[in-house]
Amino acid sequence: MRVLLRNPTREIEIDGRRRVHALLAELALNRESHLVIRNGTLVPGDGELGADDVIEIRPVISGGT
Amino acid sequence: MHVGSKCRTCRRPAIIDLPRHNANFCAEHFLELCRRQVVKAIEHFQMLTPDDRILVAVSGGKDSLAVWDLLLELGYRADGLYVGLGIGEYSDVSGAHAKAFAAQRGLKLIEISLRGDYGYDIPTAASATRRVPCSACGLSKRHLFDKAAIDGGYTVLVTGHNLDDEAAVLLGNTMRWEIGYLARQLPVLAARDGFPKKVKPLCRLTERETAAWCVVRGIDYLVDECPMAIGNKHLGYKATLNAMEADSPGSKAAFYLNFLERMAPLLADHLTTERDALVACATCGAPTSGEVCAFCRLQATASEHRPVPVEMMTRGRR
Repeated sequence: MRVLLRNPTREIEIDGRRRVHALLAELALNRESHLVIRNGTLVPGDGELGADDVIEIRPVISGGT
Repeated sequence: MHVGSKCRTCRRPAIIDLPRHNANFCAEHFLELCRRQVVKAIEHFQMLTPDDRILVAVSGGKDSLAVWDLLLELGYRADGLYVGLGIGEYSDVSGAHAKAFAAQRGLKLIEISLRGDYGYDIPTAASATRRVPCSACGLSKRHLFDKAAIDGGYTVLVTGHNLDDEAAVLLGNTMRWEIGYLARQLPVLAARDGFPKKVKPLCRLTERETAAWCVVRGIDYLVDECPMAIGNKHLGYKATLNAMEADSPGSKAAFYLNFLERMAPLLADHLTTERDALVACATCGAPTSGEVCAFCRLQATASEHRPVPVEMMTRGRR
């Protein structure tokens, strides 16, 4: 699957299928700090991502006060 | 085949898991949960009334657009205020998001440009005063938000601070036992001479929830982080809290909301003492503890300085 990451913006390829929580763990990303989006729709933690999916892992943390 | 998680309310397929609620939700019931949390905050802290003239400080990011959207959905009348901070492309894009949101919905958006209206921008202010950029930014925004609300006759100023923001500030202030700051860390600050009433209706929603609100509602917001905020202490506190949250869901909410319930009342005397010590700024008339307020001092120094591009202030970060 193709995965879009932010800060900095970049794309990576992941082989095979994954559940969302497994993918986040593999990339060492905290679930509380990210949303996973496929075709404009949120995917929950146990949602399955297909090998051909294009997904965005969007950070939700803002630095300002 | 794996059957995905179900919405706690209707048993339809879920779109989001919220470990702190130990539940999953479909889009409809996630939005309902968010509305309920905001209504609870507004009512519990007596933030707003239907008659209020509300000014929402809007950055183009998820929180400010979400709170504006939520208030309108709940039936409140609310205009927006955007302050152009002059942080290069980041400010250009954030301004475009704020303006597009307002234009698409026919909303009033007041626009202020730090460079155009006050002769400086945040990179220049940070360089000229040797302040941390976020400090110069926060000082400028607070002053201009207050001024715009007072000048415009608004009865309440709304900001998009969320539960994560408040918990991170609380952690920072607690680590240093900043009693004065802790006393002021309330989701409602009453109006007084020169200051508008200020409220934070998102104080019961995490930023993952406010971001999800925007995605579900189709709100196009600025996702990228401010280049000047990278590596700041606030982000460090958030990372620490989120590491704890991953191990123990609900920790952040308990830390902040229990502070409001159990600790803040004990600090009320410190709030009163601080308020009594304020006088009018000799330059602009805003309330201040000195002769000239911090904003006027910052503006005087920064507007005399040659403009500093944001790239000079962010080199080597990340």
